[in-house]
Amino acid sequence: MALSGMRGLSVFISDVRNCQNKELERARVDKELANIRTKFKNDKGLTPYEKKKYVWKMLYIFMLGYDVDFGHMEAVSLISAPKYAEKQVGYIVTSSLLNENHDFLRLVINTVRNDIIGRNETFQCLALTMVGNIGGKEFSESLAPDVQKLLISNSCRPLVRKKAALCLLRLYRKNPDVVSVDGWADRMSQLLDEREIGVLTAVMSLLVALVANNPDAYWNCVSKCVRVLERLTRSQDIPQEYTYYGIPSPWLQVKTMRVLQYFPAIDDPNIRRSLFEVLQRVLMGTDAVKNINKNNATHAVLFEALALVMHLDAEKDMMAQCVGLLGKFIAVREPNIRYLGLENMTRMLMVSDVQESIKRHQVQIITSLRDPDIRFRIIFIDLLVQCISLCSIRRRSLDLLYGMCDVTNAKDIVEELLQYLTTADFAIREELALKAAILAEKFAPDLSWYVDVILQLIEKAGDFVSDDIWYRVVQFVTNNDDLQPYAAAKARDFLDKPAVHETMVKVAGYLLGEYSHLLSRRPGCSPKEVFSIIHDKFATVSTPTKAILLSAYIKILLHSQTVDPELQNHVLAVFRKNETYLDAEVQQRASEYYALSRKGPSMVDVMAEMPKFPERQSALLKKAEDTEVDVADTSATKLRLMQLTSTAVVVADQKPANGVHPALTRVPSGQRNIEAPTVPVANGGQSPAPVDFLAIEAAPTHSAPESSPLVGPGDSLALALMDNQASTVQPTGSVTEWFDALCRKDSGILYEDPFIQIGLKAEWRGNQGRIVLFLGNKHTAPLLSVKAVILPPRHMQLLTSNVPDTIPPRAQVQCPVEVTNLSPSREIPVLDFSYNNSSAMVSFKLRLPVIMSKFLQGATLAPADYIARWKALMGPPNKLLQEVVRGVKPLPLQEMSDLLGSLHVAIAPGYDPNVNNIVGAATYFSENPTLCLIRIETDPADRTQIRLTVGTPDTSVALELKEYIKERLVDIPSGAAPTSLPGMPSPADDLVGPAASLAGLI
Amino acid sequence: QIQAVFLVSRQGKVRLQKWYTAYPGKDRPKAIREITSIILSRGTRLCNFIEWKDLKVIYKRYASLYFCMCVDADDNELDCLEVIHLFVEVLDRYFGNVCELDLVFNFHKAYYILDEVLLSGELQESSKKSVARVISAQARI
Repeated sequence: MALSGMRGLSVFISDVRNCQNKELERARVDKELANIRTKFKNDKGLTPYEKKKYVWKMLYIFMLGYDVDFGHMEAVSLISAPKYAEKQVGYIVTSSLLNENHDFLRLVINTVRNDIIGRNETFQCLALTMVGNIGGKEFSESLAPDVQKLLISNSCRPLVRKKAALCLLRLYRKNPDVVSVDGWADRMSQLLDEREIGVLTAVMSLLVALVANNPDAYWNCVSKCVRVLERLTRSQDIPQEYTYYGIPSPWLQVKTMRVLQYFPAIDDPNIRRSLFEVLQRVLMGTDAVKNINKNNATHAVLFEALALVMHLDAEKDMMAQCVGLLGKFIAVREPNIRYLGLENMTRMLMVSDVQESIKRHQVQIITSLRDPDIRFRIIFIDLLVQCISLCSIRRRSLDLLYGMCDVTNAKDIVEELLQYLTTADFAIREELALKAAILAEKFAPDLSWYVDVILQLIEKAGDFVSDDIWYRVVQFVTNNDDLQPYAAAKARDFLDKPAVHETMVKVAGYLLGEYSHLLSRRPGCSPKEVFSIIHDKFATVSTPTKAILLSAYIKILLHSQTVDPELQNHVLAVFRKNETYLDAEVQQRASEYYALSRKGPSMVDVMAEMPKFPERQSALLKKAEDTEVDVADTSATKLRLMQLTSTAVVVADQKPANGVHPALTRVPSGQRNIEAPTVPVANGGQSPAPVDFLAIEAAPTHSAPESSPLVGPGDSLALALMDNQASTVQPTGSVTEWFDALCRKDSGILYEDPFIQIGLKAEWRGNQGRIVLFLGNKHTAPLLSVKAVILPPRHMQLLTSNVPDTIPPRAQVQCPVEVTNLSPSREIPVLDFSYNNSSAMVSFKLRLPVIMSKFLQGATLAPADYIARWKALMGPPNKLLQEVVRGVKPLPLQEMSDLLGSLHVAIAPGYDPNVNNIVGAATYFSENPTLCLIRIETDPADRTQIRLTVGTPDTSVALELKEYIKERLVDIPSGAAPTSLPGMPSPADDLVGPAASLAGLI
Repeated sequence: QIQAVFLVSRQGKVRLQKWYTAYPGKDRPKAIREITSIILSRGTRLCNFIEWKDLKVIYKRYASLYFCMCVDADDNELDCLEVIHLFVEVLDRYFGNVCELDLVFNFHKAYYILDEVLLSGELQESSKKSVARVISAQARI
């Protein structure tokens, strides 16, 4: 056994080693610390040998992880000792024990400086080593010139000079000012002529740091670096001791190539040619060898060369060669090479300026993923999966998956992941589940597949499926009507399986509670059956799940069309029983639901389906982003991730168009402005909205706003931008067009100018609405004195939240507004907005799209019912308002019907025997809901005139609604008087009017 | 740049640690514990790199000892891996078939040697011969 040469130290180390457990060890260490403390306090002083011994013991104790909070002074004081042996101990222990910010270090700056400028080479080395390892800012300021002198000195030995180079590197890192750019560029260039490889390696490390901060200043070093590489790769003039397993200093090669990656481009054709020759040589000599160290060293150089090639934007052939090599690497068994192959392949996919050449290969890779040779495909996916299982490679693989996954191969990849999930390491299952869920969401070819994947995920790895995942699926299902019966049926099927995971009970309970009534005609799906299959699980699930199930029960009960007394008894009994449940939440739900369900069908509305969720960023993606580490070299990854994020938005309340689900439509990432990735950052945690609320690009249309004063709130052409004369700031598009668009949909731009963008999102439910205004500052300066006042019409109640006075640069604030419609009116609220863009005050008024149709909801009536109601409205008293409208936009019948539909009137085709007529019904929500029947009679001979009839029990509604519909139909809504005044139609009219036609239906 | 180097035994005992950054002293044991527990739990056929916080840890096991280096995220992994091996070879040459006990009882020698191989978190000398010369010269003084 080798001994330390200090008996006391060896004994102590032995003692510590012999301790049976942690407590004994601590006791022994404490004893020793007490001993050392006493010794140090001893006035008589210690012999140098004793001092050394105790200081070493301190370091040993510190190394074991114990606090050593005394005796630092003794260690530091050894530095000033005259003898080498003590000085060495002082320097080494100090540099291990103390942090660079320790006060004691200040005390020795002078001693250290004397050692550095002194004649004793060994002292120089000790001092340089300590400063190089823990020197702080103060050392930088006082020692840098001396260290520089040593580095460029002709008389110093290489040992001192290489230490000086690295010491200077440390000082430069602490304070870049210590190396003045002007003088040093030439010095560095000269230093690169160094023949001694040790010194050259140290100099190259220094150069990496210098160039990283300021490449422009060190251009003169480029050719020298290329020459160093030539020397190394041609094995010219390399002493044997500097070859490592036959490779000329791989470390120097790597560092030199690293330096070259900091220069934006190498333009000199000669240097470029030489460099490419070098790189070509490196890329060629890559055959794997048996010796692991040689292999590693070769590949260290090779991967650095790959990075340099990528950086240099090499010719296509060379890039192709690199991709080929990477393809080889990701298929080898050696995990290190495979890891790096994967990592670099990912980088390759991200490098945008070589995208063209990458794309070709990307396609190739993806094609190989779909190769008819199933073995090849399996190998490839297996590789990805294996890489994922190699823990540390997970994120790399995910990046690669992001890069390669698309709609065409996502199914394969996700299904393989699902397959793998059941056999994967426990440690990574949660992450796998999360990632499978994200990929499924992002690349779902259709939403039902997405639902399948998530339910399978829960089935196979329920323990590892976080709540976020099932919340997300619920969100999707809620927002997509078509999906609801499918999801409910699937959920029901999963409940049939033996050993259902609790998470499955939750999601199935929720989905069936909301949507099982859509299945009620299917076998095994009657409310009673659904209830009993869910309730089977009730006894065994946890309290939070019980709460979910109770909600499901009452929904099942109240959603069913005909009340099944047996079911009702069952459910009531369950509520009853749980009224005394231990948990307050369950107890409360049980009591409230019991009371509610006893009130019967009048409570249906309370238990209606959940409204659509506002679109929001996937919490899953956010989770994935949060784990993304903020390092510079993954910025491309982040950028890509963000682009993907922004397209994975669920758009609520938008009807699927052309069979494509809005949730799944993607904006090609290339269309985004390159600066766009700053947007989500500025957005902070806010969910991305369907419009890019902080879009930097201006809207394509630049039509100057017309500047007529507002005629009246009901006038649809009245200009929204009213007092734009007050400022020179012009909107970037047509305010009217934006307004019109918002009348048809519920989110979009309300206003935009070079400084601000106001986006709007709205949700409507009955006579209530919630509008969120997104005020986005597009400017680089804050917007000040921001004021937003909404002038509500009489019939509406508006609750506005406060708008902050200042919007920071590139930031977005949200301003929610709650709307309640109290009585029928076509008047709309106006937003009075002003802000100060630090050069001028800008103010304008904008109409808010709170139009009548937002409070309309299509009503479907059976023909007999429709006619009965129509007859009832005919009176007496007659409640049908009728008007012949002229100057109507000449529209084909279908378009007119669509137009009426877009106002949320449910068209009832075929109810009117006359094919030229359109009838429909809608419920208008103000304080009380009112059913409205609407009929348009068109004249095939003259498309510009119609007869419009609106009937409601409440004539004030009918009056407003008729006017409202008229405004939509008339081509030029003007101040001109309507062709006939609304009023009581004559009885004679009625005989040939709508009632007569409708009567014919019976 | 290398941020820290440490050697831990399979039992998780630290045999050597050296930090090249101002990482707060009180957080160091915790960092080492965290990294060690990850490394010790990894199978032998996995790669030698792990990601930890915003750093990479390059590690390699030699008999009962794990040699670990925390490096910047953009450092060349294989380069670092071979720095570890170089250090091991230097130790081997000095101690003659080095074993854990050599390093336990001569931990101060290990510090001397480390200081000749690494400096400022960079590789200082890649020639084993050169390091050996310096160490033996030190011993003579």
